[in-house]
Amino acid sequence: MFTNLDVVKVGIAQLDVAIHTQTIRTSGLGSCVGVVIYDESKQIAGLVHVMLPDSALSRGGQLTVAKFADTGVPALVEIMKKRGAIPFKLKAKIAGGAQMFKFTSNQDSMRIGPRNVDAVKDQLRKLGIPIIAEDTGGNSGRTIEFNPQTSKLQIRTVNQGVKDI
Amino acid sequence: MDIQQITSFHLDVLKEIGNIGAAHAATALSSLLNTKIDMHVPQVEMVTFNDMMERVGGAETFVTGIYLRIDGDISGGMFFIMPVEQANQLIRKLIHDETFNFAQSPSELGLSAMQEMGNILSGSYLSALSDFTSLKLYPTPPALASDMFGAIISIGLIEVSQISDYVIVIDTSIIEQDEKDGTEEVSGHFFLIPDPDSFSTIFTSLGVQ
Repeated sequence: MFTNLDVVKVGIAQLDVAIHTQTIRTSGLGSCVGVVIYDESKQIAGLVHVMLPDSALSRGGQLTVAKFADTGVPALVEIMKKRGAIPFKLKAKIAGGAQMFKFTSNQDSMRIGPRNVDAVKDQLRKLGIPIIAEDTGGNSGRTIEFNPQTSKLQIRTVNQGVKDI
Repeated sequence: MDIQQITSFHLDVLKEIGNIGAAHAATALSSLLNTKIDMHVPQVEMVTFNDMMERVGGAETFVTGIYLRIDGDISGGMFFIMPVEQANQLIRKLIHDETFNFAQSPSELGLSAMQEMGNILSGSYLSALSDFTSLKLYPTPPALASDMFGAIISIGLIEVSQISDYVIVIDTSIIEQDEKDGTEEVSGHFFLIPDPDSFSTIFTSLGVQ
């Protein structure tokens, strides 16, 4: 359905913005969360592929803002404002946060999916951005693609085919 | 040890680990299937997370994966990943059921066969590694999933991603020879992803600084 449009591809722990004739996509979300923030009036959409809930988990030198929910979501909003999005018109759709493996052990990294989802929702609430639709949790990987012209988020999984939210 | 301090010499040492581990696993698989299984020289590189996705043809590639965590003297994640079509063929051979398919309501028998194979392969890989380094390794029982490669492998990047944007992966692929025409195809990848703070322990155990 989006075949005649340019696709902006966003990798893991990255963020980017698409306008008008473009769509924006990220592939193979597992425990990661894809956060789409969009302004319908300007037909502009941003996507961040979040890996971890909180930048306080970072023990390295340099901080990659798009990796964490608490830094990635605000950073995306800032970039979108610079590209002409109107702050109070922003809405969000989110997908991901699955648990890919069922382990008996109660390890923290196994619960990372739900923690990512919670952290993303926290940030969106703080920024006053309503979540219009979500497809989170479960145990399937997801590829998502957003079309700023229709504001539809297409979600593809291996076992349940394709759906729009 | 800072991940940035790792030299090409260190990577060569890690290659040896991949070699020994995967050679034992390939032997185990070979006797399990009664076919000739070979392996490639291990690739050990420091790659970005997005490069990691390209290891098995992109984040969306449909694979069957076995994953376990290692604890003990060192910690990390280990995966055995097969393109789903290869995994189907393997399990069909093992359980003598030509209809088995990971993509379409796979039978319990086939799933537990795959689980058991994961046990055997990872067990032989890790016991070889433990013998070679004299390190104590305690693996969790392997867990099984069939899905997009990106979704599966990213769980192995969670620990590393708290410290770095790069991952050191010990990647050994095994190849199977077709019985009819003798052509070779990659049938699976072992990925060993040590947690960043485990590298100095590995090198010390092998007398390398």
